[in-house]
Amino acid sequence: MQQTVYKVIGVVLVLYSLIFGLLTSIPDLPIIEESIRNLFYHVSMWFAMVAMMAGSFAYSIAFLRKENLYTDRRTAALTETGMLFAFLGLFTGMIWARFTWGAWWTNDPKLNGSAITILIYLAYFILRNGIEDERKKARISAVYNIFAFVMMIVFIGILPRMTDSLHPGNGGNPGFNSYDLDNRLRLIFYPAVIGWILIGTWIASLRYRIKNLSIT
Amino acid sequence: MKNLFLTLTAIVPISLLAQSKNFMYSEGKIYVVIAVIAVIFLGLAGYLYRMDRKISALENEK
Repeated sequence: MQQTVYKVIGVVLVLYSLIFGLLTSIPDLPIIEESIRNLFYHVSMWFAMVAMMAGSFAYSIAFLRKENLYTDRRTAALTETGMLFAFLGLFTGMIWARFTWGAWWTNDPKLNGSAITILIYLAYFILRNGIEDERKKARISAVYNIFAFVMMIVFIGILPRMTDSLHPGNGGNPGFNSYDLDNRLRLIFYPAVIGWILIGTWIASLRYRIKNLSIT
Repeated sequence: MKNLFLTLTAIVPISLLAQSKNFMYSEGKIYVVIAVIAVIFLGLAGYLYRMDRKISALENEK
């Protein structure tokens, strides 16, 4: 086992958030009620996804500087793991939306933005699989990945904040700060985010090592 | 084996708690749900751990 410490910390933090996320007392919110606990589970999927994509963005830039194929494999592994979290975030969000907003899918800018983001990243994999030559594949997909990351920031970070949105913190809705005033949620939410990012790093490292093994 | 071991280490303290007859039955049995979630997550973590070990073994073979 390489670098065991961060893996153990990740498992412990996520386990803590799973257990105490159900046990903690919560603020009294209309409509959302007990489902505010989804903050610990659904929202942390998206934070982990953005962290994975930020990592792959950084490795894409690193690849273009040194053109090391190992760096390209790190990029691909992180993007694949980010996609896993994106789909988990999307499906858990659909369940939450059904019972608080009343529909599985709404035309909320954040929902459509995340759907577009997923399509952009799916195109990354199609692009990769479409090029035979390893170097060419790595170079083109690194450039595309930088573009994809910027588009993700625009679609899930900027545009939802400029129009009306059902999500908190967007379009004049109060952000999580209004829920967090009592700090009870924060105490579970932040460890959950860190824990899932560490678990994601672990999964990505496994995918990276498998890629290295299957090359030669 | 590692997977099984991890799952067992999660189940054993729970079964000890269950014998006290009060804890697991209290609060509308929410602790039963928490125990199930904990076992599932530890099982998945154990699965990742096993995969990690297998990949390490393959790397050492090369």
